Amino acid sequence: MFESLGDRLQNALHKIKGYGKITEDNISDMMREIRLALLEADVNYQVVKEFTNTVKEKALGEEVQKSIKPGDLFVKIVKDELTELLGGESSPLSMNGNPATLMLVGLQGSGKTTTIGKLANFLRKKHGKKPLLVACDVYRPAAIDQLKQLGKQLGIEVYEEGKKDPVEISKKAISYAKENGYDYVLIDTAGRLHIDEELMDELKNIEKAINPQEVLLVIDSMMGQDAINVITGFHESLSLTGVILTKLDGDTRGGVALSVRHLTNVPIKFIGTSEKLDGLDSFDPERMAGRILGMGDIVSLVEKATEVIDEEEAMSAAKKMQSGKYDLEDFLKQMKQIKKLGPLENLIKMLPGAKKMGLTNVNIDPKQIAHVEAIVLSMTPKERKNPDIIKASRKTRIAKGCGLSVQEVNQLLMQFDQMKKMMKQMSSGNFKMPF
Amino acid sequence: MGLFSKIKNMFSKETEEKKEIEINQEEDTSMVEEKQEVKKKSAEEKSVKVYEKGLTKSRKGFVSNLISLTSRYSKITDAYFDELEEILIMADIGVNTIMKFMDRLRERVRKEKIEDPNLLKEIIVDELFIIYVDEEVLESKIHFNTTGPTILLLVGVNGVGKTTTIGKLAWQMKENGKKVLLVAGDTFRAGAVEQLKEWSEKIGVDFFGKEEGSDPASVVYDGIVKAKEENYDVVLIDTAGRLQNKVNLMKELEKINRVIASFIPEAPHETLLVIDATTGQNGISQAKSFQEITNITGIVLTKLDGTAKGGIVLAIKEEVNIPVKYIGLGEAKEDLQPFDIEAYIYGLFKDMM
Repeated sequence: MFESLGDRLQNALHKIKGYGKITEDNISDMMREIRLALLEADVNYQVVKEFTNTVKEKALGEEVQKSIKPGDLFVKIVKDELTELLGGESSPLSMNGNPATLMLVGLQGSGKTTTIGKLANFLRKKHGKKPLLVACDVYRPAAIDQLKQLGKQLGIEVYEEGKKDPVEISKKAISYAKENGYDYVLIDTAGRLHIDEELMDELKNIEKAINPQEVLLVIDSMMGQDAINVITGFHESLSLTGVILTKLDGDTRGGVALSVRHLTNVPIKFIGTSEKLDGLDSFDPERMAGRILGMGDIVSLVEKATEVIDEEEAMSAAKKMQSGKYDLEDFLKQMKQIKKLGPLENLIKMLPGAKKMGLTNVNIDPKQIAHVEAIVLSMTPKERKNPDIIKASRKTRIAKGCGLSVQEVNQLLMQFDQMKKMMKQMSSGNFKMPF
Repeated sequence: MGLFSKIKNMFSKETEEKKEIEINQEEDTSMVEEKQEVKKKSAEEKSVKVYEKGLTKSRKGFVSNLISLTSRYSKITDAYFDELEEILIMADIGVNTIMKFMDRLRERVRKEKIEDPNLLKEIIVDELFIIYVDEEVLESKIHFNTTGPTILLLVGVNGVGKTTTIGKLAWQMKENGKKVLLVAGDTFRAGAVEQLKEWSEKIGVDFFGKEEGSDPASVVYDGIVKAKEENYDVVLIDTAGRLQNKVNLMKELEKINRVIASFIPEAPHETLLVIDATTGQNGISQAKSFQEITNITGIVLTKLDGTAKGGIVLAIKEEVNIPVKYIGLGEAKEDLQPFDIEAYIYGLFKDMM
């Protein structure tokens, strides 16, 4: 996400870093470049105008002019202004209310139903809440079915009454939640145009009837300049408490993210980053600004890792590595944990300077990981504990078991052997990290 | 005849037709037959009207901006150009396209020594038209296979309206007397198979699908076998939404294409890329990426009934050379219209005439 916007901004800024003096003339090309970069990222026209004006004003202001390294200061100004556009501080979800209620609204196809599944999953996992999903999209064919299937996948209950009045359904759902000890009620609504008065009235009526803690607008991050009409349209009818940006795992430059807060003062609360049900992240403006400018996002990376990696298991694996007792059984466990971190491409992108190392275009085929897993799983526990006993006939059997060639089995065994040697070196202390 | 004058003609014809219909409506219902005559006669103008209705909201901001622009400036100045650029950007016409367009416009103003903004209006419309048409004869019709089933594949990113569009297309084809089969190739998204099935029941055409999570290529394979055996005229294949940078999902699409071509070498006869009118600059990237994987024969521009203008199709035509074949103007089965560039631009500029 944001890569190409980041690229262009970084390129534009790179030139100016060494400048000893900043004048209106020597920054005019760069200002034009920044302006086009933002417009091509679908940042709202008005925002672009204000942004470039502010940056220019500050650049020509006294502070920069007196600075010893005006170029560096200029870069800092751009980053600060960018963070400001993204909303300054992050704003968490409301946890008040018993049960706390939350409704998701938006245009057709913005990703409301998928997002509501992710959100329920997020609340349960991160905050230990017991969420109830409520199906109020009574218009789109099979929308209720979609939510029910998501509920089934997640093991979270879905409240539905078929195609009845959404206002009634949401009221009843809340009393149902109260009776059955749910502490979070998430209401899925039908997609609608912000100019469809009849359907907007329906949303107003739901809002009036249940008085929710959060009304979240779901927006497709690929949206163009019309985004502002949609956001203000929904904001005029409802009191929006936040925005969720979806589909940020595409190659969108996500200009909406840079426009929403500035134009409407509604904060972005979450971003959708994959089609999987754990592909939802809290939105942090400063980290995001860092990512746009290629400064990496180590904080999020570490947070992600601590979230999915079991500390005890990691410790015991480390001990085994040091004592040279690390076997394929441990390897399998670790691989499963790494898989939980989500697509590796996404992780790589959070590394500072990933772009410079040429790592952002890496594509890792999840099938490769699946193949390795299949090979190890086709071994007997005895073989996993002691790979040395695997000779020709065992190899043939393993290859047959996982549907791959003997060559591929060999390759894995060799790699594992090398890995073990490396670990021994590391623990004996005479090993230098390659990076 | 320039587009501008053509559009003007369309506008005056439409007023006459309106009168005609009004007269008809005042008369007795026994005149139904005659009315139908009028309907047929004015089919062309009618399509314009549908655009107008759907584009009313899209148009409002765009056109009132252009009008106020023209009335506020008595002379063409730099500030005028800046504002014009803003208006075009707000319509999501590609940034590159606009920059080139503005250069051409400035050039013409300089060469032809134009000073009056009113004269520039015509040039703006004409130049926009040229971007799209580029001296080509554009074919916006669907190509039907005459020797067996016609295979149509719909592709696009998530949430653009592929399934809904299939429902509308199928209904139109059924109305035209075709035997239609819908194939549920989106086995990934929860509820997608069910959604297509509900559409098939709603419009009364046949449906083929397997359970969620099946291999989409195998669904397509079996679907085409069925279509061949049971002599269907048209097979409409739904596919899962995929973001264009997801290599593995794009490979899956390649596989689906191979499966189709293994039955009928020249199929799919049409591969339509569905694009949401609210899409911004990313639309160009979508068109480019899908074009690399499949042979996109046309675009369906959906959700034009909102406030979005879908201007990105002009940039897509210019940069990737894919024409728009249909536009979606609502959620009902009738809300799909063949694309007509003149009507489209006319819809955007109506109040300016």
